[in-house]
Amino acid sequence: MSITLNGKSVDLREGVNTVEQLLSHYHLENRIVIVEINKEIVMKENYKTMSLSHGDVVEIIHFVGGG
Amino acid sequence: MSNRYSRQELFLGSKAQANINEASVIIIGAGALGSASAEMLVRAGIGVLTVVDRDYVDLTNLQRQQLYTEEDVSNQLPKAIAAKTRLEQINSEITINCFIEDVNGLNIEELIKGHSVIVDATDNFETSLIVNDAAVKHGIPFLFGACVGSYGLTYPIIPGETPCLHCLLNYLPMDGMTCDTVGVISPIVQITAALQITQVLQILSGETLFPILQSMDIWKNEKAEINVTQLKNKLCPTCGEHPSHPFLSFENQMKTDVLCGRDAVQLRPGLGRRTYSLPHLLERLESHVKNPVLNQYLLSCKFEDYRVVFFKDGRAIIHGTNEAKNARAVYNRFIQFY
Ligand SMILES: [Zn+2]
Repeated sequence: MSITLNGKSVDLREGVNTVEQLLSHYHLENRIVIVEINKEIVMKENYKTMSLSHGDVVEIIHFVGGG
Repeated sequence: MSNRYSRQELFLGSKAQANINEASVIIIGAGALGSASAEMLVRAGIGVLTVVDRDYVDLTNLQRQQLYTEEDVSNQLPKAIAAKTRLEQINSEITINCFIEDVNGLNIEELIKGHSVIVDATDNFETSLIVNDAAVKHGIPFLFGACVGSYGLTYPIIPGETPCLHCLLNYLPMDGMTCDTVGVISPIVQITAALQITQVLQILSGETLFPILQSMDIWKNEKAEINVTQLKNKLCPTCGEHPSHPFLSFENQMKTDVLCGRDAVQLRPGLGRRTYSLPHLLERLESHVKNPVLNQYLLSCKFEDYRVVFFKDGRAIIHGTNEAKNARAVYNRFIQFY
């Protein structure tokens, strides 16, 4: 399945089907993060159940401390 | 007639320029983001600029902290002082205030008083949340910004309009969560600060800012933007209907912060603060320390296996350890000589 992530097309490997799996794939599971799929923000409690579909436009922004 | 702001005024208009000349902005932190933001604001002719920072200039800062020089490093100047000196060279027509302080829940409200905009340049997310509480409570726009590696993000908090920083959290950050040790390259500092200062100019020009969280990674050439309007939380402890501003609550304990990637710990005394006479302290310590550097603001010296940088207000940065407990013990052994 391929999605558009932060403006770039990416092919997700097998086993990455939900928001939770996507976040852990990018090592963001313990981060403060905002996830948007097709212009709708996904609430944290739905990360486990929200499935990704081919062609989804996903934006992920994580917070960092530094400056 | 030639005017130092003429190029900017052609773009923004004379009314906006007048607003800029009358505005007072406070920057929290004078590290990389703070240096970049301060220089832009001073060149733009901001009426009053206040800079607050807890640290002193170190050699490893020079790669990205544009206000500082090798001379500042050898003089071990506090960043707030070195920044003020440099900023006054750039523009002598404006007022620059500087404070050598660690921003916390007890002093932030006093610091931001009377300012029209607050710019975030802290090096940790916890402090940004303290500033967010104070900004919302006092109705002052707050421009969040942070960067690490080649990645940066910004978000404008307009009290009463946009969701605040606290609304955006999907969980509360734990101590040390923000400890990033991957380094940073200077271009991302410039971009992040540039976005924040563009927002300052927009606010002072009367433009409306939208609640858009923005991030970019300049190494990977990735950008993201999320409109976070729907995250405005009616029950938010900071900006909701019954706010408690939890990050401003009383702190009366000695506070320790492990400084990420620097093999150092900062210690800050709690209430009942005092002012120390640094020459007196050095006199007492003389036979126990090596390579002391004393200036008006701090005493830096080698003590046992550590380098201790001790500020007048009792705050200290202990180099050579990453452990809070160990740093406390060193601090206590050090201060007993006073
Ligand atoms: Zn809020």
